[in-house]
Amino acid sequence: MGWRLIRFYTILVYLFMFLPIAVVVLLSFNANQFGSFPMTGLSTRWFEALWNNEAIMRAFRTSIVLGLMTAAISTVLGVLASLALVRYQIPGRNMITTLLIAPILVPEVVLAVALLLFLNFLDIGKSFTLLLAGHVIFTLPFVILVVQARLISIRRDVEEAALSLGASPMQTFLKITLPQLMPAVAAGGLFAFTISFDDITGTLFWKPGGVETVPTQIFSMLRNSISPEINALGTVIIVLTVGLPLIGAALARRLATKSGG
Amino acid sequence: MSIEQREARQPWILLSPALAAIVMLLIVPLVFIVVYSFWLKSAAGADTPGFFLDNWQEALTDPFYRDILLNTLKIAAITTLVCALLGYPAAFFIARSQGNKVGLLVLLMLPFWISYIIRTMSWINILGVSGALNSAMIWLGIINEPIQMLYNETTVILGLVHFLLPFMVLNIFVSLDGIDTNLEDAASSLGATRWQGFLQVTLPLSLPGLAAGGLLCFVLSAGTYITPVILGGPRDAMFANLVYEAIIRQLNWPLGSALSLLLLAVLGVLVIIYNRYLGMAQLAKGLG
Repeated sequence: MGWRLIRFYTILVYLFMFLPIAVVVLLSFNANQFGSFPMTGLSTRWFEALWNNEAIMRAFRTSIVLGLMTAAISTVLGVLASLALVRYQIPGRNMITTLLIAPILVPEVVLAVALLLFLNFLDIGKSFTLLLAGHVIFTLPFVILVVQARLISIRRDVEEAALSLGASPMQTFLKITLPQLMPAVAAGGLFAFTISFDDITGTLFWKPGGVETVPTQIFSMLRNSISPEINALGTVIIVLTVGLPLIGAALARRLATKSGG
Repeated sequence: MSIEQREARQPWILLSPALAAIVMLLIVPLVFIVVYSFWLKSAAGADTPGFFLDNWQEALTDPFYRDILLNTLKIAAITTLVCALLGYPAAFFIARSQGNKVGLLVLLMLPFWISYIIRTMSWINILGVSGALNSAMIWLGIINEPIQMLYNETTVILGLVHFLLPFMVLNIFVSLDGIDTNLEDAASSLGATRWQGFLQVTLPLSLPGLAAGGLLCFVLSAGTYITPVILGGPRDAMFANLVYEAIIRQLNWPLGSALSLLLLAVLGVLVIIYNRYLGMAQLAKGLG
């Protein structure tokens, strides 16, 4: 197979990945009232409609609060667990690692059913608490994988130097380990937020009636038909989900070069 | 307490919150639905605890469930195959390109960050009756009336491939990128053609990545709930749709438990076989 052929094939794969997304963005600026082709002109009316749609704005607020809380809890749990796994010799480490990433291996729908039924048994019905618990479990393995990978590359001897100079383990962690770990903590938190913000399968099982997150709101709007408003919402999400990690990565790089100086 | 004892306890203190969360919110619930699957749904009020085999009998012998399970596995297998066929050359190109490898990889991973439901519904804009493809074909005079291309098994697979391809590419890339290119040079200096060198050196060495990507694609597509609802027709239900139907609509929790566990068991066998031969480390590499 010639190199040029492979390159051509790869370009087609990229087009396959990006064309549908580009069409969403294009159609969201469509002046046509059905939000479909042909394009009759450019307009921002669908974004205005979005802004004035109380249900969507409420879903946005729910998703953001849920995402932030999920990210906070998952990141704290994930960083602590990663420290233990990387910095200490513990028996049964492989088994513990497998256990900690198990939520990735269990199909989400099974995880959703198990958690729903068990917490219901404990008299915790469909609620924000259930939603939060589910999202934490679902995002925790990703945080652990990201933080662990970073932690392995942080040299141990700097920490040991601090300890031998009389710093307490807590001081060493706060002054030496944590600053170097910050990019991974930020990446893990962002990862958790994005996964939580994007989650739909588990959320559909766990959410109480009347509460919608952004994906479930889109899902219920899709039941009727695809409206230009959904494309506009898609564009907003695309800008947020692509823009946020890029800003995050840029920030992380600046932090890294500063502290690495 | 001695210093050694405190040292030994520290990692467990650090691990306990995460472990407690996983055990209380995943492991115990899974055990709980095993028990629950033997209970019996009551016409009214609480389900009847006990040891009844009715749900398992229904889940395992009803041809309706069996057909949908087989169909789900078929769709997952085709999706995985298509992802491998599309993903391998792309991953190979990225791994061997002289340009900005990381940039190319990040670009391909971008859609992974974009909302799954947005990406799934985006195909309605392309293939729908008033979508891009129909409009283009009418404009070109190929057809007079729009044709319905959506809501069948092919579009379900299309949506799944679009969702899962980045996982496949990333895993294959990780594997290919770790291969010492001197090996390929050695093969060609010993007289192998480039194609032979690829088939006998590069491809076998990249199989772990292909397997890891394949496992992820298969498990994620076999457990999917949303894609068949949005892009499939009424007859394209997959197994997760049955679970949702039983749990949320019929409120038949014991049967829903049995169905969930059946899906978990089928996919679990795959994960165990994979773990036996390749280990979980490969999977962690591609995810991290």
